[in-house]
Amino acid sequence: MTLAGSRTQQAWDVLSTVLDPEVPALSLRDLGIVRDVREQGAALDVVLTPTYSGCPATEVISQSVVDAITAAGLGPVTITMQRAPAWTTDWISDDGRRKLRAYGIAPPGPVDAGAGVPIRLVGRRAAAAIACPRCNSLQTERLSAFGSTACKSLYRCVSCREPFEHFKPI
Amino acid sequence: MTASIQLTHTPQLQYLLRLGDTCLILGQRLGEWCGHGPVLEEDIALTNMALDLIGQARALLTRAGQTEGRAFDEDQLAFLRDERDYRNPTLVELPRGDFAFTVQRNLMVATLLKLLWQKLETSSDAELAAIAGKAVKEARYHQQHAADWVVRLGDGTDESARRSQSALAQLWRYVPELFEADAVDEAAAASGLGPRWADVQADWQAEVGAVLAEAGLTPPAVSSFRSTGKRGVHTEHMGFILAEMQQLQRAYPGGVW
Repeated sequence: MTLAGSRTQQAWDVLSTVLDPEVPALSLRDLGIVRDVREQGAALDVVLTPTYSGCPATEVISQSVVDAITAAGLGPVTITMQRAPAWTTDWISDDGRRKLRAYGIAPPGPVDAGAGVPIRLVGRRAAAAIACPRCNSLQTERLSAFGSTACKSLYRCVSCREPFEHFKPI
Repeated sequence: MTASIQLTHTPQLQYLLRLGDTCLILGQRLGEWCGHGPVLEEDIALTNMALDLIGQARALLTRAGQTEGRAFDEDQLAFLRDERDYRNPTLVELPRGDFAFTVQRNLMVATLLKLLWQKLETSSDAELAAIAGKAVKEARYHQQHAADWVVRLGDGTDESARRSQSALAQLWRYVPELFEADAVDEAAAASGLGPRWADVQADWQAEVGAVLAEAGLTPPAVSSFRSTGKRGVHTEHMGFILAEMQQLQRAYPGGVW
């Protein structure tokens, strides 16, 4: 990669190449967890926001950012973890959504504005309008709201019979 | 063996510990399901929720340590307190029981936490508000998961309905403690730190009541029994869960991965 532009612009370009360790189809920028890159004195401060309170990848991600920025000669670098405003899947880029689908993970829809609604008691098939990332069928059903990582849920496609993961809106 | 840390219990600290310890102890109870879930998907779901809860507990205990004034960190607070200094309601320390018991307790706690987080998003403590803004999204998924299962089991086979009714009978007498008013809650309400837990009682009853009705389950009459975990007076189960949680830090002081 050829770097050009200001130091912060170069850092943003570098962050496009740092992958999420648990969903390596996405870069940290695709995921929308890089909130800011700013110069603070001699250091470059990268502001990250966690996806989930208990995401075990948080420390690995911070270290990957430090390693990548340093390797690009843009250091020294500091990391600021910023909790508010809380990360939402709405911050995943369009490019990121395309990459997720190609990777076999159904991307999240928009976060339900009515998320304050008490509880939806609906059947498992009725709840699912998620397109299968393999065959695009809408005949899918949710097996579990929780998957191999906190950010994903488990589905299966009734048409092509394949199981798949869905990046759940939050 | 590492000595216990001693805390100065201000109302503010106790308010934060009640939230943090609720997440910490329920997270530990759910973690006990790892490798024991009735099906693989539920094994994964319960441990995912445990992870969320422990993440929330980490943030809350870190905040509690900052306000206490002697710079205790999240690990010291999680692993080096004496039993009396844990301020979770008794409900979350009860042994995990069967799956019906686990999902019903999850419904009760997730509904409580969701309603509290919603109000805590406007806390006068900016860090607590930020923690709440994240946690409320997670609590919604926990509540939905529990509600689905409570209905499925309550309205399921004779065996699942029998177990569900039995779980409800065991759990219901620990509910009044959740909403008991005291000086800690009054101080939090007065300072804008957060709501009295009693402030969410009506919404809690409406939401939990709707799920129980859909499940065909009837809560027993309220008894005069009051549990006292939020005041630091716990059941005999608390010592055992703390022994399991603390053994490593007590035996190997400051041990890290």
